[in-house]
Amino acid sequence: MSLFDWFANRQKVDATAPEPPEREIADGLWTKCEACGVMAYTKDLKANQMVCSNCEHHMRVWSDDRIEQLIDEDTWLPLDTGVAPVDPLGFRDRKAYRDRIKEAQAKSGLVDAVQTGQGEILGEPLVLGVMDFRFMGGSMGSVVGEKLTRAIEHATNQGVAVIILCASGGARMQEGMLSLMQMAKISGALERHRAQGLLYIPVLTHPTTGGVTASFAMLGDLILAEPKAMIGFAGRRVIEQTLREKLPDNFQTAEYLLANGFVDAIVPRTQLKKTLSQLINMHRRPESKVAVGSATGHNGTGSELAGNPSQPFNESLNGSASMP
Amino acid sequence: MAAGKRKPLVLDFEKPLVDLEDRINRIRQMADENGVDVTEQIQQLEARATQLRQEVYTSLSAVQRLQVARHPRRPSTLDYIQTMTDDWLELHGDRRGGDDMALVGGVARLDGQPVVLMGHQKGRDTKDNVARNFGMASPGGYRKALRLMEHANRFGMPIITFIDTPGAWAGVEAERLGQGEAIAYNLQQMFKFDVPIICTVIGEGGSGGALGIGVGDCLMMFEHSVYTVASPEACASILWRDAGQSGQAAEALKITARDLKQLGILDELLPEPVGGAHSRPLEAANTLKATILKNLQELQALPPDQLRERRYQKFRRIGYFTESGEAPRPAITE
Repeated sequence: MSLFDWFANRQKVDATAPEPPEREIADGLWTKCEACGVMAYTKDLKANQMVCSNCEHHMRVWSDDRIEQLIDEDTWLPLDTGVAPVDPLGFRDRKAYRDRIKEAQAKSGLVDAVQTGQGEILGEPLVLGVMDFRFMGGSMGSVVGEKLTRAIEHATNQGVAVIILCASGGARMQEGMLSLMQMAKISGALERHRAQGLLYIPVLTHPTTGGVTASFAMLGDLILAEPKAMIGFAGRRVIEQTLREKLPDNFQTAEYLLANGFVDAIVPRTQLKKTLSQLINMHRRPESKVAVGSATGHNGTGSELAGNPSQPFNESLNGSASMP
Repeated sequence: MAAGKRKPLVLDFEKPLVDLEDRINRIRQMADENGVDVTEQIQQLEARATQLRQEVYTSLSAVQRLQVARHPRRPSTLDYIQTMTDDWLELHGDRRGGDDMALVGGVARLDGQPVVLMGHQKGRDTKDNVARNFGMASPGGYRKALRLMEHANRFGMPIITFIDTPGAWAGVEAERLGQGEAIAYNLQQMFKFDVPIICTVIGEGGSGGALGIGVGDCLMMFEHSVYTVASPEACASILWRDAGQSGQAAEALKITARDLKQLGILDELLPEPVGGAHSRPLEAANTLKATILKNLQELQALPPDQLRERRYQKFRRIGYFTESGEAPRPAITE
């Protein structure tokens, strides 16, 4: 879109808007790209899923935006919205954890750092978890662990795929070891989902670090990442300090992980919905609705599956080809 | 200091104890030289020393326990394995091009029964510590551990792991080789195994690097061991913006065995000899061995599917939250 178009659009908005133009400017009529500095009309930017049309920089988006971008209209059903954080350790650093929770809730309108639900992506049913970096840096405590575990268990029971959009600084220190143990809890739930022959795809967005990287972010059957997302286990500063060596420029970027074999593909945000729906469709088994009891078990897992013949690969391919 | 004898390391809170012991030795020496009978006096002082030791070690703060857990003389994985088992053979290599000496493992007999044992290995001196990267394992270490666990599973041998690490290695090479992936994959795979898994924090349980061999049927911890989501130093520098506040962070993080028992994370707290495991390592090893055998007996009575289900539920329960309203959970229909 040219500057003239922007101007024309703006005039149109000015003419029809119920609010005075000053108010709209205050609300962010224009947004400056933090990467290339080019100003973009916010509505257009939003229509392009907050990806700069000039330099393709992926700006931060929050969990509500993600759900809107990915899930078919009127198919989203949030799960476990009543699960809320408490302060099990009575933790206080420079501020009490209780107060931090309240502030984060007020600021973000969220209960904790993840939203989960079921819905459809271009007609493909799935369970989706979306982490939200606004809420205490997307950190994982008991609520994130519980909600993701329940979401995965729900997907296992329903025989559908799980997608988790990761955005997290890691385990939430204010809940101590309870946070660390959520890594194991979620990984256990994913093991059961996997044993049912179901598909799990984490999408690594900026930033995905620490305990999230060392658990469900890296456990995908397939792993996708957003361009330039920072992904790593240890913090860059920690490594720089301990080693006193200069780190490669692209260190811990999505591109670095791709080059080193830890990410299957980097998918631009604007392509994500289509890519995910295609992948889910391609991996669908003919009778995915009754996947419980018919999927492949291996290495002695899923004893409830014992005696069931495993699904021949070509059969599932045929099945998926006939899917809408 | 006598030649060949190592300099004893004194923790600051042990000072009064060491002073008292020095005094007893001096008196004893003087009495010997002068031919004076001080038996009664010495008995009194020794009784006081015992009492003092007991007092000091039963009221340790989290920071002090952290010091004990990191004590350079604290028995290590190989110390325990070599003391407790017969026919030990260390097995090397991740079959991906390396052998991480920070995470060791192998096969042995424990009370006659073949088992696979593994654990983080800190160095016993500076040179050893450099070779073993201070017990901070690389991705290859976690992959070696997994390989040994799979081996155990294939041959029906119980898996015994020992946790003693400041954390997984944070370096460029570790990131390049997928430190996150290596740990994550272990967490998931450890839920699959049909054999009992007993994990013991023998010293320092540092975050994801500890958990990477820490998913089991029974989590045990020595009394003065610690297990933490982040090192108190790192936590202090992030949350307090001051690494000097690590003492406060250590208290706040609830890292001691007693705290973790209360939180429902720890299954079995192992008492240590007064003065810590390093003061009487054989006694500590006996406690460890007896408790492993006790738990092993219970776990081996369970059929594999029950064992796995029990393991899943053990972790499934961990976490504190409130819940309001009944969340709808309809079936997904196409």
